[in-house]
Amino acid sequence: MVLFLVWVDMFRQWLVGIGIPALPAEILIKTILVLIVIIFVLTNLIVLVWLERKFAAFYADRVGPNRLGPAGFLQFPVDIVKMLGKEDIIPENVDRPVFKIASICAFLTAIMGWAVIPLGKGMILEDLNVGLLYFIAIGSTGTIAFVMAGFASNNKYALLGGMRTAAQMISYEIPLAFSLLGIVMITGSLSLTEIVDAQKNVWFIFPQILAFFAYFVCSIAETNRGPFDLAEGEQELVAGYFVEYSGIRYALFMVAEYTHLVAVSAIAAVVFLGGWNAPFGLTFIPGFIWMMFKIYLMIFLFMWVRWTFVRVKVEHLMHIGWKFLIPLTLFNIVITGIGVYVYRMIAG
Amino acid sequence: MNDIRTQEMNLNFGPQHPSTHGVYRGVFTMEGEYITKCVNHIGYLHRGIEKMAESRTYTQFIPYNGRLDYVSGMLNEEAYVRTVEKLMGISDQVPERAEYIRVIMAELQRIASHLVFYSSMALDMAGFTPWTYGFRERDTILDLFEMAAGSRMMPNYMRFGGVAADLNEEFMPALRKLLDIMPKCMEEYHGILTGNEIFQARTKGVASLSREKALNYGISGPSARASGIDYDLRRDEPYGIYDRFKFNVPVRQTGDTFDRYIVRMDEMAESVKILEQAYRELPEGPVLAKVPKIIKPPAGEVYHRIEHSKGHLGFHIVSDGTAKPYRLRICSPCFVNVAVFEEMAVGLHLQDAVVAFASLDIVLGEIDR
Repeated sequence: MVLFLVWVDMFRQWLVGIGIPALPAEILIKTILVLIVIIFVLTNLIVLVWLERKFAAFYADRVGPNRLGPAGFLQFPVDIVKMLGKEDIIPENVDRPVFKIASICAFLTAIMGWAVIPLGKGMILEDLNVGLLYFIAIGSTGTIAFVMAGFASNNKYALLGGMRTAAQMISYEIPLAFSLLGIVMITGSLSLTEIVDAQKNVWFIFPQILAFFAYFVCSIAETNRGPFDLAEGEQELVAGYFVEYSGIRYALFMVAEYTHLVAVSAIAAVVFLGGWNAPFGLTFIPGFIWMMFKIYLMIFLFMWVRWTFVRVKVEHLMHIGWKFLIPLTLFNIVITGIGVYVYRMIAG
Repeated sequence: MNDIRTQEMNLNFGPQHPSTHGVYRGVFTMEGEYITKCVNHIGYLHRGIEKMAESRTYTQFIPYNGRLDYVSGMLNEEAYVRTVEKLMGISDQVPERAEYIRVIMAELQRIASHLVFYSSMALDMAGFTPWTYGFRERDTILDLFEMAAGSRMMPNYMRFGGVAADLNEEFMPALRKLLDIMPKCMEEYHGILTGNEIFQARTKGVASLSREKALNYGISGPSARASGIDYDLRRDEPYGIYDRFKFNVPVRQTGDTFDRYIVRMDEMAESVKILEQAYRELPEGPVLAKVPKIIKPPAGEVYHRIEHSKGHLGFHIVSDGTAKPYRLRICSPCFVNVAVFEEMAVGLHLQDAVVAFASLDIVLGEIDR
């Protein structure tokens, strides 16, 4: 990853060398980096869709895709071609502009979080000093996209789905933010790079196990995955907020879900699992590989939960959020506060 | 706060909906996500089966029975065949081996039907994994049917005076294998769904059906037994050779969704018990009594019912002495059981309604006929 920084620097010097002023050069570099991140996320997506189907097959004792490409790996490209080839149906009496931009908004909000996620030392688009805050803020704006989709569709199932999303996201944003607060108290920083650096010796999952648990549960709700996939609720709401979407617009919602999934897994890896720090002194393996390993470990957990449990009820979801997770995370904050205070007393 | 009212809306639940178990349509009046009124609409699958029976000979109508409740064809056929046998007065001429085979088929079919119930109820709560688990053993049972009858879902296996063909040599070893794995599979089903806290939270105390209400609606089968009605035709009005078998009739008291679920799960275990006994005692001999090629029952009428996987399935046949039934009426359990849903759904959350509906174990082919 140091190599990566060196490359970026060399490229910048080369641009300046051929006579491009500093500002356009910087814009060009950032544009290329943004494209790299998008390509990275979309590549992950291909793997994820394949992985999810294979995992589902494994858990549910069935076969899964196995016809196209090795072990069915080419299933996703074929699906994409199929989806792109589908007619873009927009029903009558929908709120057309809102309907159209909703899916794009969903994808945009999901991908914007990636601006602050470091995949290795220096492998970050913008090392904001309020990175964590930014991530939480951007993550919650996704709600609007879902409510837009649900409301604009002029369909009662979609409307109920949209409303469920709003209730769910609002309830789970609070414990999600609270669960990360303990880390901020320990490190005294909101910058994700600094949080990773602070985990050189011990990963935060150990002192913050409660927070990790709360974060994990909230992330499932935030990404709208089972058993908290109430907004989609296939069995009662058919498909929830995206019931009227077809073809590429539907695909964008799916892409948004997976993008969000990778993002929350990456944040979990960064904040709780030591980011690119290697465990057991295995530093000869590059940090990027470690980071990817940890992200996929989290994704594996998410998939495990999804394919094991049945869906919860709306009121139970609210109960878990307000009556269990919020007190739990508040308790964690108190404990962390005491811990940090005692540590400072001892350390002087 | 109680003065604040939300605007009610109508939600068309079905007929094209993933959780209506066919083409059921319920028009829900909803306040938020709570149902304040429910109106059943049925008839989208109407095939005029009763009329068809009246324009065909008795024998020609046997294959149609498999299409009534298409996940328990054997039981439908058994009910019809026994009714006609009663009408002809040949019920006691059925060879012993044929009676045993009928019991084996009926109980296998009951397990298969309950497995479809288990799977689809799990799926109605987004439990994809239990869904495939249930279908796994059901498929093994359908394999057995294929060995015996040559077809999997619509067996066309029962005949007046016995069954169409004897079991081939592969059948009994395959049945043994199934009986051996069933206890372990049952453990697996319970492990993945029954013990799950989310599942229990979603089913316990949901959509309770009191004993009185169940009686008033004429609910039968597992749904009634979950409400404390201890009645099973196999034990209380035994037909065929059911009085020779030892089995329990699972009964629960609260009649909520969980009880309706657990009664069916327990019934599967009891069916395995019956199958074990039938497997041990299966005698040798013919499988078909000597009955005339063209059935012409004497004029008169008869009603006979059996314990179907979903309740009491009865056939009422009026004969005028010709080769075709003068009138044939089917009293199907699902048709009766679905009626209670209108009342049951009121006050339920949409999510609960889906599960409560699944717990009634409806098959629309039998309701619409």
